[in-house]
Formats: sequence, C-alpha cells, structure tokens
Amino acid sequence: AMDTDLSSQDRKDLDKFIKFFALKTVQVIVQARLGEKICTRSSSSPTGSDWFNLAIKDIPEVTHEAKKALAGQLPAVGRSMCVEISLKTSEGDSMELEIWCLEMNEKCDKEIKVSYTVYNRLSLLLKSLLAITRVTPAYRLSRKQGHEYVILYRIYFGEVQLSGLGEGFQTVRVGTVGTPVGTITLSCAYRINLAFMSTRQFERTPPIMGIIIDHFVDRPYPSSSPMHPCNYRAGEDNGAVYPSVEDSQEVCTTSFSTSPPSQCVFTVTKAHFQTPPPVVTDTLKVPVMGLAFSHQLSSSRLSYQPAALGVGSADMGYPVLFAGGLNAAHPHQLIGPGREGGVPPVPSQPAHGTQADQERLCTPLDGVHYSAATPSSSEDTETVSNSSEGKCGSPHDLLETIFIRKVGAFVNKPVNQVTMANLDIPFAMFAPKNVELEDNDPMVNPPESPEAESPLQGSLHSEGSSGSSTGNTHDDFVMIDFKPAFSKDDILPMDLGTFYREFQNPPQLSSLSIDIGAQSMAEDLDSLPEKLAVHEKNVKEFDAFVETLQ
Amino acid sequence: SCPLSTRCCAHPGTAPAMNCRAEVLEVSVEGRQVEEAMLAVLHTILLHRSTGKFHYKKEGTYSIGTVGTQDVDCDFIDFAYVRVSSEELDRALRKAVGEFKDALRGSGSDGMGQISLEFYQKKKSRWPFSDECIPWELWTIKVNVVNLANEQERQICREKVGEKLCEKIINIVEVMNRHEYLPKMPTQSEVDNVFDTSLKDVQPYLYKISYQITDSLGTSVTTTMRRLIKDTLAL
Repeated sequence: AMDTDLSSQDRKDLDKFIKFFALKTVQVIVQARLGEKICTRSSSSPTGSDWFNLAIKDIPEVTHEAKKALAGQLPAVGRSMCVEISLKTSEGDSMELEIWCLEMNEKCDKEIKVSYTVYNRLSLLLKSLLAITRVTPAYRLSRKQGHEYVILYRIYFGEVQLSGLGEGFQTVRVGTVGTPVGTITLSCAYRINLAFMSTRQFERTPPIMGIIIDHFVDRPYPSSSPMHPCNYRAGEDNGAVYPSVEDSQEVCTTSFSTSPPSQCVFTVTKAHFQTPPPVVTDTLKVPVMGLAFSHQLSSSRLSYQPAALGVGSADMGYPVLFAGGLNAAHPHQLIGPGREGGVPPVPSQPAHGTQADQERLCTPLDGVHYSAATPSSSEDTETVSNSSEGKCGSPHDLLETIFIRKVGAFVNKPVNQVTMANLDIPFAMFAPKNVELEDNDPMVNPPESPEAESPLQGSLHSEGSSGSSTGNTHDDFVMIDFKPAFSKDDILPMDLGTFYREFQNPPQLSSLSIDIGAQSMAEDLDSLPEKLAVHEKNVKEFDAFVETLQ
Repeated sequence: SCPLSTRCCAHPGTAPAMNCRAEVLEVSVEGRQVEEAMLAVLHTILLHRSTGKFHYKKEGTYSIGTVGTQDVDCDFIDFAYVRVSSEELDRALRKAVGEFKDALRGSGSDGMGQISLEFYQKKKSRWPFSDECIPWELWTIKVNVVNLANEQERQICREKVGEKLCEKIINIVEVMNRHEYLPKMPTQSEVDNVFDTSLKDVQPYLYKISYQITDSLGTSVTTTMRRLIKDTLAL
C-alpha cells in the first residue's frame, strides 16, 4: 500500500544516515586500534556536525579510505562494508585479527520512523560499538603496539572474507537496527588464538613464527586495498605501509615501528671505550618519555643508552642517533647524528604534548610500554585525545632514543651482532653493516679468567687454593652493566624505577629451561635400573651397616 | 513480575511494574577490584542510557547536545572501558560505588552483596499523593569478594576478572540491542519525569542506585537507598 512506502524525503534521510553511520563505524573501529586512549568532550549545545549526537572525531585519512572503499555505494544485501584489523610484526609477518562487518539483510521494518527511531538506534549502536571495540582481544594488543608489531586496518566492500582468521574464530554481535529498507547489522569476527596468549607472553616469546606458525599463510585473496597502520599520521599516503626510515626526516611517520632487526646502532659505552664496541641487533627507536623501556620479543636483556645529553661531554661515549619523526600536529625538530662526536642538546621534555601525562603509558603493572604515536592530521587542530584542556596544543619536541640490546651471558638465544664502523655517515645507524662475530662480545664470551680462582670454586673443590678471587671472575658472569645499581651517574641517569622496570623480567637461564630439565630427568630415569642392580648386589653390606646402627 | 524486590521511592513495598526489565550480572572479584569492576559495568550501562542535553525550541521540537566519550584503564584489572565524558556523572557513580565498597568491607559482611541500577519514570500524582516512580529497567550486579593468598593468584585474578568483565560488557550490549521498551521522548514539561536534567553536559534517564550487603547468615542486613539527585551531590 502506498502509505507504507518510504517517502522520498525519508529515503534520502535514511540513505544519508546509513552512509554517515558507515563512516562513523569505521572511525570508531580504527580509532580503537590506534593504541591509545580516546577522549572526546560532551557539549550541551549541539554543534550540528556531530552525527548521531556523539562526539566522534573524523580522522581524514580514514574517512578517505572508507569513502574510497564504498565508492558511493551503501551497504546492501550481499554488499557489506568490512574493516579488517590485522597485526604486522617488525619482521614482516602479518596476521588477521578481526573483521568488523556492517551488513544489511532483507528484513524490513516498514513501520519504523526513519528520522527519529532509526537515527536514535543508530546512535545507540555506535555506543555499543565503542564499548565492544574495547573488549575483543585485539584491543589490548593494539594498546601495546609500536615496538614489535603494529596494527593495520583495511576497508573493503563486498563479500565478507573470514578465512584469514584461522580456525575457531568467534563472533560477537554489536547490534542491529531495523529500517524500512532492511536491517543493519554490525558484528565482529575475531581470531581467538591470541586470546589465550596474554600480551605479556606475546611480547616475550622468541620466534613468533614458532608460536603461531600456521597463521602466517599467504592471504587467500589478494588485497584489493592496501593495508594501513592504525596509528599512521597525516602525510601523503603513498600506499606503502611503512615509509622508509630515511623519509622520516620530513614525513611525519611512525618511524619507530619500522626498524627491521637488521638495523643496528653504534654506541660506545663508557666501559667499552677502549675496545670496539660489539653492538647488538634489534635496535628499536622508541620515543622516550621520561626513561621508558620496553620489553623485547626475544629473551635477551635490554639496555639502553639514553640520548638525553647535555650532561655528558662531547666525547665518544654516547650514542648519537636521533631520528626525527612523528607528530604532524606537533612539529618536532630533526636532530641529526653527531658528526664530530658532539652531541646536540636534547630537550628533556617528553613528546606528545597532549599525551604527556601518564595516561599514555599502559598500566603500570604491565611494565612500561610505549604506545604508538598519536594519529593526528594537520588539519585537525584538536587531536583525538583532547582530554586535558590545559595540555592541548603545545608543541613538544620529540626525542627518540635508540634501544640497544645486549646479550647476557646466560641468554638462551644468541643474537647476531653487528657493529657499526663509521659514525660520520648521516643516518649511519640505519645502514646495515658487517656482522661481527659473537666472539668479540665480552658479554657472550667472557674474557679470559684471571689466574685466581673464585672463592666459590675454591671451596667446592677444596683444593686449598687461597681463593683470592678478584672481582674479575665475577665480572665475566655479570649481566648487569658496569654501573652500580641504584645509583645515578652522569652516563646513565637511571633511577630506581627505571632500574626496576628494566630488570623485572630477566631472561630465562638456560639451565632452567624445560628441555634441559627434561633431559636430565630422562637420563636419571634411564640410569635407575643400573643403580638398583648395584644396590641389590650390595644388599648384604647395607644390612650389616644397618645392624651396626642399632 | 520482577524477580528481584526493589523499592520505589514513594511507595515502599510496591513491586516494580510488570514491564520492568530486569537483568542480573554476577562477578567475583578481589577486594581492591570492586570499585573498578562496578564502575566499568555502571558506566557501560549509562553510556547507553544517556543522551545529549535536550534544547527545546518552539513548536515542540528539540535539538540534542553531543555526548563525548573517553577510555578508562583499570589499575587492578586487565581491562579498559568507555564512559560518557561527564565529570558529574562519574563523581556520582564513584560516590555510590565507594559506599558500596565500604559497606562490603564493613563488619557483618562476608563479602557478598549486590548493587542495583534502576531506571525509572516519574508519574505525577495529584495532591495529596506524591509522585510515583515507575521503574522500567533494573540492573543488578551481584558481587562476591574473594581473598587471594599470594601475588601469583592476584595476577591471575587480574586477567580473569578482565575477561569476565569483557563478557559482561557483551551481555549488556546484547540487552541494549533488543530495543525493548524505552520511555517516550517527553515534551518540555515532561522532560524531568523521564530524564535527569541536573547535569550540565549529558542527560541520563532518571536513575537510582542502591545496594544490599549479605551477612554471613545469608540475610540482607542493610538496604540503603541513595537517591542521586542534584542536592545530594552538592553535599
């Protein structure tokens, strides 16, 4: 009947609502995977531009991608809008985590009022989406991205492809809204295999391939649209997920997420001043706020030399790499590598004015992780996290620090080491260099022990040695840097908290690994029959002995 | 009828209306997790049950303000949730949850209790009768406080409770999505019968929070009603 058909005005309104609902859905999802807390203000006076009466910022690049994917169409039966969230490690392996689907089915609700009920229900659905995006496993992963991995998104329109999620994926329904032209449904299918890995495990376990190896398969469907990092910034999207590091000078990008393990850094610590420093791979440039650390994928110990200087002299004792990068809304200065060994002064203020407070770091009990940089666009003066009124808008220089990894003496997994010969080349630290042998690293192969035995050895073997152990022998096995604990010094201004954080997760001692334990147990079990036979033979002796005791 | 007994502000002893929707959630938490867990649930519910401020114009039309949201990280639970950006609302909830937590810790409690969030409408009555409160949705969160022996258990509890809360959020969203009874959008003269218009930046449906503590005998010893209205908050 005529009166149940949708009026043309209603139809137009409905199409508009659905279109903007789709765009806002994408914004909510991507913003929830940026790796940081979102905060928008309530406003009692309607501004007229806040769709669905919710303050959801529009990241222009995201809107652009969404519009590109939709290409002027709206979700309809068989044509769903999907936002795919995946994870990509610093080694280049990637894995799909979630697919958010905005679908339309044929079930129509002709009676419903478009301009009122549908609109309000779409608003409610967006609120549900805000809530649900925080409870799937990918949320916690995305809050810790930036070091070993990043979170990417991809929008596509058409048929939903769930096969990349692995077996046993789960689905959560966010909600549905009936309209006269069909029912809008919003749901999320997510991989569950990571749900049982706390993010802590995920970070600490060595070869990631070994854990989830079956998921690193080729994508069954060629990507029709490029992947984008959730925490990428303004700047021309040239289609590459990771702009090359050399570009970071001008382009504001998340350069700290892109260092492949082959990169290296040259650093000379005070202690190693005489000998060419053996330097380890896996440098990770991480913006420093205060003195933040991060956990590494492998179990090797992490130490770092802060680039904060101005305390040090211009001698060779300090690392000199800084890389520019980051916040479009807060232009930073590029600090190039020291050429003559001098070090440019570095402001001690932390980066990211709006997030300069504690909320940027993840919860303290997780250790200190630095989340990825703020996404912001140059046009958008209010950044996404605009909670602190007083803190907004003040540009801060971004300081980056090279984290180097030293391999401790007892670490399970030896890491290839590289060394940097020449400091004078700009961005020398980014250029791969010859790999030097492990042999040169005093930490892996301790220097020759001095003649004197350690007191421990002496007492065990009772050889009557004077046991005049010097500290040298012990030094061979000391994993800690040559700085005394709990002290501050000019070289490494490490405070107690930082110290604690750095060492709270020491690498596994190899002798405690399960394999060796199992091995020796197996050996023990094997030798049991023999031992029993021997004892059986001597049973008379034992009995006699027991008699003497009685 | 409503399986849980509740009390209307004006008519003690009245059972809730037949169309009062009732939902029950249960959580087991450690003592220091009580506040965060309750806030997470209450805020999630109120996120769905708050709108922007109404501005009535001529001819009975109105415009609606904008609701902002923000992420909240829990300190004692591996969990994060979204709440409405309204300091007044947050304060009101924290006050209620704080009282509940103190009551749970108090003597006579064996660590079990429940906190209820009730949405109601006011129905004006003629003098000498006072206004009626008609609940239309009731959420009850049952809490069981556990004591843990060591740090390792606490760490596991952090994660487990985080997972449980994720499930609760999904449950809440499921209920919200049913699009069942909601009060009609009121005219300007009626708006205070449906919404709490006392906050300056958002407008939740009229609600009240109450709690009960169970003593070791299993009977409820304390029923406390806290009506969260502007003058109470002002104290």
